[in-house]
Amino acid sequence: MADARQTALSEALSEPVWPASPPLFRIAGVALAVALLAYPLVFTGTFSHHLMIMIFLHAIMAQSWNVIAGMSGQISLGHSLFFGLGAYASAVLYVKLGVTPWVGLVAGMSISALVAAAIGIPTLRLRGHYFAIATLLIGISAQIIFQRWEWVGAASGIWMPIERNNPWLAFQFHGTKLPYYYLSLLFCTLSFAVVWFLQRTRLGMRLLAVRDEPEAAASLGIDVAWHKVVAFMISGAMMSAAGTFFAQYVLVIDPDRVFNLELSVLALLMVVLGGTGTLWGPALGAAILIPLSEFTRTWFGGTGGTVDLIIYGILILLICIYQPRGLLSLVTERLRRRVDTL
Amino acid sequence: MLLELKNLEVAYGDYQVVWGVSLNVDEGEVVTLLGPNGSGKSTVLNTISGLVPVMRGDILVSGASIIGRPTHHRAGLGIAHVLERRRVFPHLTVQQNLLLGAWHREARSKRDATIAKVASMFPILRDRANQLANSLSGGEQQMLALARGLMAMPRLLMVDEPFLGLAPQIVEQMKDIFENIRKTGIAILFIEQNVRLALSMADRGYVLESGRLAVAGESKSLVNDKTVRKVFLGE
Repeated sequence: MADARQTALSEALSEPVWPASPPLFRIAGVALAVALLAYPLVFTGTFSHHLMIMIFLHAIMAQSWNVIAGMSGQISLGHSLFFGLGAYASAVLYVKLGVTPWVGLVAGMSISALVAAAIGIPTLRLRGHYFAIATLLIGISAQIIFQRWEWVGAASGIWMPIERNNPWLAFQFHGTKLPYYYLSLLFCTLSFAVVWFLQRTRLGMRLLAVRDEPEAAASLGIDVAWHKVVAFMISGAMMSAAGTFFAQYVLVIDPDRVFNLELSVLALLMVVLGGTGTLWGPALGAAILIPLSEFTRTWFGGTGGTVDLIIYGILILLICIYQPRGLLSLVTERLRRRVDTL
Repeated sequence: MLLELKNLEVAYGDYQVVWGVSLNVDEGEVVTLLGPNGSGKSTVLNTISGLVPVMRGDILVSGASIIGRPTHHRAGLGIAHVLERRRVFPHLTVQQNLLLGAWHREARSKRDATIAKVASMFPILRDRANQLANSLSGGEQQMLALARGLMAMPRLLMVDEPFLGLAPQIVEQMKDIFENIRKTGIAILFIEQNVRLALSMADRGYVLESGRLAVAGESKSLVNDKTVRKVFLGE
């Protein structure tokens, strides 16, 4: 009898129990999915599609930054590096070799993961601000290198040739933004899936351990530096996918746009605004900041580009003072739910 | 000998904090490391687990030097370190904390048996298995930290100030837990500021003063030792 209890006990404890979402959240999730799928059919204007595509794209970038900062506690200030690598990898492969951007997408993600490892291995074993400083400087250097690199078009960048016959193979769609809408929604959903899975796997469990108590984690035998490198590689690959999508969306890329420091800062802002280390926070941040940026650009015309930065600055100040855990915690704290799984 | 420190010297940058400390722990022994604040007790434990590098001297585990091994390679040597202030993983559940304790290869292969054993030692943790660690009380967190250390199947459990900030009745409970751990044959090396309490639990003790070994010996002889009284009471 006692033996049977003991066995049942060990079985119950030896497999980790992952948090389950309450029914209310599942219903809300389904409703949101239906709304997003139906949105472009209800609102048919080009701008309304463009706005949502931009939100999805930026939500991917935010989710990417969330993996490195929220889940492993390392601040990257040069995430535009991976965005640019993703954009250039697919564009160069397509223009120079005629390779479909879908292969370029995978190539860009692989290159970004390798570059992340190359940056992470020497810097992530150091404590302190080395990683933040290194990523900041490498991010800026990448822009300068690509501005001077003649083979990839230097400062004028790369134009993708228009291809109307095989839109899906060429990853470019003309006359309608609908395919871009659904593809960005798909990519965005996948970036959510990455974070969702990380919160529910042993790898994610170790990442949180390493983030919160690195010394305790190390003393248990967990290789702290390596886990941070893995998080950075995943994060870099995610950002790269956003870059490839962007290149195929605008079909013209140049170093000033895709290696822009502003992208790195924006990724950070969205996550901090929404809630670092949470599942929904990054998307919430994107859903607030991107419309703000798009609308101010429309209202203020050419000068709008700086107005949104001023508003970002004010927002981040307010968040730091009044809700340092991000806007999402306004909801989760009230529900007394586990903030870190939402 | 399970653990041997030979003339250990440790410095943070130019500032040396441990001077020529030699110490040993045998299989199954309970040994306490005593000393006032800032005497270098935690530094000694952190050096053993590799969190702080050694300047001079040697650390031997079962006769082999472990100097230069990174911290995460030392868990498999049979030494578990329960750090000062518990350091449970706050955003993981009690059960997830325990599972991570059995991360190194040998412990992982026997994880299911170990977790059943540990759960029977700490029934409160079994009841709270699916709660986040940061929702536990201080005493429960200390138990979780100890239990997580035991999940690594150590031969030596190093514990840094296990009684810090615990209510008196919890201290009594912890003493029983230590006794149970000792009965399983695991050696314990622990740090404590309360001399009387520590010596009532340990077989032997070492007293550090300003990073140097002031006196060492059997608990019985240390209780009335003049040097111990001088170090702690300034007599």
